[in-house]
Amino acid sequence: MNVCVTVNGKVYERVVEPRLLLSDFLRHELNLTGTHVGCEQGVCGACTVLLNGDPVRSCLIFAVQAHEQEIMTVEGLAPAGTDKLHPLQEAFRDAHGLQCGFCTPGFLLTLLPFIEENPNPTEQEIREALSGNLCRCTGYQNIVKAVKLAVETAERGE
Amino acid sequence: MATRYFGEPIKRNEDPRLLKGEALFVDDVHLPEMLHAAFLRSDYAHARLKGIDVSAALEHEGVVAVYTADDLGDYWQPGPLLVPPPPVERLTFHQRTQVPLAKDKLRHVGEPIAVVVATSRYIAEDALQDIELDVEPLTPVVGLESALESDAALVHDGLDSNLAAHVIQEKGDYAAIRAKAEVLIKRQFVYDHGAAAAMENRGVVADWDSKAQQLKIWDTTQAPIPIRNGLAAMLGLSESQVQVIAPFLGGGFGPKIMMFYPEEVVVPWIAKQLGRPVKWIEDRQENFFATTHERSQIHDSEIALSKDGRILGVSDTFLHDTGAYAPYGLTVPINSQCTLLGPYDVPHYYSEFKAVFTNTVIVTPYRGAGRQHGVFVMERLLDIAAKELAIDRVEIRKRNYLKPDQFPHNHEIIYQDFAPLIYDSGNYLPALERAAEMIDYDNFIKTEQPQLMKQGKCVGLGIVSYVEGTGIGPYEGARVKVDASGKINVATGVGTQGQGHFTSFAQIVAEQLGVDIEHIRVVTGDTSEFGWGCGTFASRGAVVAGNAIHAAAVRVRKKVLKHASEHLEAAEEDLVLEGGKAFVKDVPTKSVSLGELAQMSNPLRGAVKPGSEPGLEATDYFGPERGATASGVHAMIVEIDPETMMLEIKKYIVVHDCGKVINPMILEGQIQGGVAQGIGNAFYEELVYDDDGQLTNASFMDYLIPTANDVPTVESDHVETPSPLNPLGVKGAGEAGAIPVGPLFAQAIEDALSGFNLEILKIPVSPGKLFELLQESGDGAQ
Amino acid sequence: MKPAPFDYHAPTTLAEALALLDEYGFDAKLLAGGQSLVPTMNFRLALPEILIDINHIADLAFVRNEDDGLHIGALTRHAELERSELVAEKAPLLAEAMPNVAHSQIRNRGTIGGSLAHADPAAELPAIMIALEARFRIQSQSDDRWIAASDFFVDLFTTELEAEEILTEIVIPPLPARTGCAFLELARRHGDFALVGAATRVTLDNLGACSEARIVLLSVGNTSVRAVLAEQSLQGKALTGQNIRDAALIASDQDIEPPADMHATEKYRRQLTKVLAERTLTKALERATSAP
Ligand SMILES: Cc1cc2nc3c(=O)[nH]c(=O)nc-3n(C[C@H](O)[C@H](O)[C@H](O)COP(=O)(O)OP(=O)(O)OC[C@H]3O[C@@H](n4cnc5c(N)ncnc54)[C@H](O)[C@@H]3O)c2cc1C
Ligand code: FES
Ligand code: FES
Repeated sequence: MNVCVTVNGKVYERVVEPRLLLSDFLRHELNLTGTHVGCEQGVCGACTVLLNGDPVRSCLIFAVQAHEQEIMTVEGLAPAGTDKLHPLQEAFRDAHGLQCGFCTPGFLLTLLPFIEENPNPTEQEIREALSGNLCRCTGYQNIVKAVKLAVETAERGE
Repeated sequence: MATRYFGEPIKRNEDPRLLKGEALFVDDVHLPEMLHAAFLRSDYAHARLKGIDVSAALEHEGVVAVYTADDLGDYWQPGPLLVPPPPVERLTFHQRTQVPLAKDKLRHVGEPIAVVVATSRYIAEDALQDIELDVEPLTPVVGLESALESDAALVHDGLDSNLAAHVIQEKGDYAAIRAKAEVLIKRQFVYDHGAAAAMENRGVVADWDSKAQQLKIWDTTQAPIPIRNGLAAMLGLSESQVQVIAPFLGGGFGPKIMMFYPEEVVVPWIAKQLGRPVKWIEDRQENFFATTHERSQIHDSEIALSKDGRILGVSDTFLHDTGAYAPYGLTVPINSQCTLLGPYDVPHYYSEFKAVFTNTVIVTPYRGAGRQHGVFVMERLLDIAAKELAIDRVEIRKRNYLKPDQFPHNHEIIYQDFAPLIYDSGNYLPALERAAEMIDYDNFIKTEQPQLMKQGKCVGLGIVSYVEGTGIGPYEGARVKVDASGKINVATGVGTQGQGHFTSFAQIVAEQLGVDIEHIRVVTGDTSEFGWGCGTFASRGAVVAGNAIHAAAVRVRKKVLKHASEHLEAAEEDLVLEGGKAFVKDVPTKSVSLGELAQMSNPLRGAVKPGSEPGLEATDYFGPERGATASGVHAMIVEIDPETMMLEIKKYIVVHDCGKVINPMILEGQIQGGVAQGIGNAFYEELVYDDDGQLTNASFMDYLIPTANDVPTVESDHVETPSPLNPLGVKGAGEAGAIPVGPLFAQAIEDALSGFNLEILKIPVSPGKLFELLQESGDGAQ
Repeated sequence: MKPAPFDYHAPTTLAEALALLDEYGFDAKLLAGGQSLVPTMNFRLALPEILIDINHIADLAFVRNEDDGLHIGALTRHAELERSELVAEKAPLLAEAMPNVAHSQIRNRGTIGGSLAHADPAAELPAIMIALEARFRIQSQSDDRWIAASDFFVDLFTTELEAEEILTEIVIPPLPARTGCAFLELARRHGDFALVGAATRVTLDNLGACSEARIVLLSVGNTSVRAVLAEQSLQGKALTGQNIRDAALIASDQDIEPPADMHATEKYRRQLTKVLAERTLTKALERATSAP
């Protein structure tokens, strides 16, 4: 089947089997390997991408379902063509919010809309927002810290 | 030196790539013409395999090949014994290691039987459904005690029983002191450890270039060099024909060590057979069945004490579940045996264990590697003793700690590294006192807890100690080189799985050469960059590889100083290395950059001085005489809903001593992550096998990894007792966070439910299990 | 873990979808949010030959208020229900339960129709619908019928839906006066399916006694379970602490036959049922007392 999808602002067209998972499509057809796969069951959140702005599990969507939709992956976060990081990525680095980094893309994409919608979240709200993403390395503490940092930075208008 | 690097919380070099999704993980490797493998795995825990018919699978469009054990010919060999048994006098060991593809017999659910190679993973999985097996089910061996009964079925036909090993180690004379002891406490403990469950599953990509006669392998391994050496030998290639790359790894935690997993052995062979690149990526379900994990030990333990709570001796006899094979030898149970002694002065110790084969997934080290089991026994014995003797639990620990003047302390038994268990250094009391202060022990016990209890709240405190043997040998090596550009290249053989080695190793070099860490490129885990070494395990990366890098950097520093002193016509003692330059102290204008020096030391014309080596480069090695002993104290306050047994962690404290700290930010991260895994082990995670040997919760839906809602903020502090065994004075820290959490939960829960007269002798616990325990104790939840 | 092959259809109207279902029957499966179906397909536990993706049928997703109650289109996503002010106002029990359904990323895809059709006994929405006396509209090419929530769920993952039928709409009638609701659940980790949950609703008469109580429990049987005996025990009685405790005990001891699994034994589920029945009744009473 034909799939035409916009990923990080760029239009891609491919012919795929209906059963191809969006996660595999992004990773192996488009070579956008920043989206990771940890369970293919919807639990770990490593595969989280934005579908029309909302975080979703790309392992639970078929690529054909993304036809004529907009996807954002971790590759679309940092300003293109520069060495710069997105402020949220910067906050993760500053707070040591990643270790192996395998889970990180999923966290970033979950958090991106969360921070926009919650300019002043409590620790409990942050933890709740993170609870659909598993991380085996950090114990989450520094991810929470990174979110707080990103929120503060956004507040200062940086 | 003006700018300090060592000991600073420097941001990580590797982060930008990881944050942008640009870091290469094994599943990110894409090669032209690449094929995909899927493994057919046993559904049976124990069965005779009488026949395999792959003809229908071969018919599938897109299937290129299907292989079974017979197809492997002479390549089919049981895997290597990775760690031979240590030189202990009273030791029996029956070597049985895993096979690449099962032949004749299936020994655990998930054991690979055949492999399909196809143009996509989807098609390969389609074809798996069409492989026909002729199988005769046998009685599964599950359960440690029943496995050793005389009429038990045998996991390995050639053995008389399911005994994998039997080891006795002794210090002093426990029987004699027991006879004199005023107090004896005896209990049975069960400690179950779980799956490492790194977020990235395993994977292998192999590519055979027949023109160059080179095999290139990307592997999720913590130890690429041993894998290269082993595979080269098995495939009849020279080591220089095989390159193993462990790129970014999505967590390791032990099971990604040099296991020579069936897939790791078979996939390169297939790539060579077919002359096409082959990829195999484990899925999460396979990870539960096919990647090693840790499980149960059952301990029958006794502690002998004087009336005033001093330990006279400990006796511990335990069974250890090693799963269907024991490729990693006795590392896990020996760690349990040795770590049990903890920070305590135990004059007499009798320890005996039997390792047992069962029809379950293989047991090899997972973060903590058996240490948890030992620490649980000792801490619980002390808690129970404290209660019986009406001594405060902090006090009984203080009374039994080894004193600073008792180091180095020889426990007179043999550790996993084959060396005697000698603690290098330690000072335990300050950590305990600091932890007690941070958790406000006295106030909580005397004021807060009684008040809250009066309001009907069940709150409790736990405080426990542990030691951890870290940084064991044999050795690691490293090469440090200054490029003509002034950038520094550092290569070492260990793999890295998120521990921040790209940064902490750079800091060690920066400290010597005065170059900012952005300019230091660390390469780990690529055998073509550095070919000697062992791997990342046993909290040894920072200690062993770190000191090798330090040694190489010190040698490069000498070279730099020598060249600079000639060039600047100044004495070496008067030179400063900073900001990528060498300059004369107090005369910063009189300087030369490291890049220029590197160029000068590698002239393209003219003559060099006889005997001089080109370049600013050095390779060095470090092999510690024995492991360095890290230690620490964890303390926690919990509240339990007495009706539902749901538990909330109110406060969590860690005070630890891992010698000199290279990067406190990274260290804190390691501790926090370790604690989260410890909490998982103590309260959420359990591998549940049924009587048929089926793992009944092989998914993230049922195997409960803690989420951000389940893990508290950890407050921590350090005590620093440098190790005398290495020049940097460091001790390992990778596993420490995870080790004492089981006994901590047990103590805190008992304390919170002190009205119920409850003894927690098994880990993991859960709200449901607590409820059952209360029912048994007759009190019942309200 | 990759799904087996299937043919994919993405109808844009209900009529087309119904025609496809009529043609393929048992070989076809509807794909709504995919948050239950796709995991089972990835495990190859579900092997549909035809997948009919209903996500493009725009008029299946709506929330609107009418005289006979709150109408919700089957394709309405969990996240929409969670955010909807209309839901919060007209069906506060549903709003209260929503954050307990999985995690935000899953709520962004999962639909109410999918959750109800899936009929997981541990899912929140079936219990909520029974507690609120919702009615479901079920359509096929040849039929268009309504069924009460309490008659819809038949067994484990089994409903009254026939192979060629689609659940299209849910109606939640307005709450009677002096009615309060409460939802609580206990899970090992937040976002997991519940160990036990309770959706409770009480209506008070003019004297403040209980004129009607509904206690619907999840994760204690093959479907959501109404604690009928407990409900009856409260009928016409003042909701004193003692009466509530007695009812909770009846619910946990007599109304259910809870299953045992690795996360909870039968006895533990009974204990949690007792606790949650009591807590939700108490809370619902509080809310009923202050309700118009
Ligand atoms: C990690 C994880 C955690 C979860 N936790 C929870 C939880 O705590 N509580 C909970 O309730 N759910 C939970 N879910 C399930 C989630 O809520 C699902 O979204 C929901 O159960 C199914 O909705 P869906 O729209 O995704 O349905 P789908 O997966 O698309 O479909 C499910 C079934 O319903 C059928 N179907 C779908 N729509 C219709 C229709 N309109 N008419 C007839 N048949 C239809 C499909 O054919 C299929 O058989 C969880 C899921 C995941 C992956
Ligand atoms: S891979 Fe999609 S949620 Fe784990
Ligand atoms: S950083 Fe490794 S899983 Fe999160």
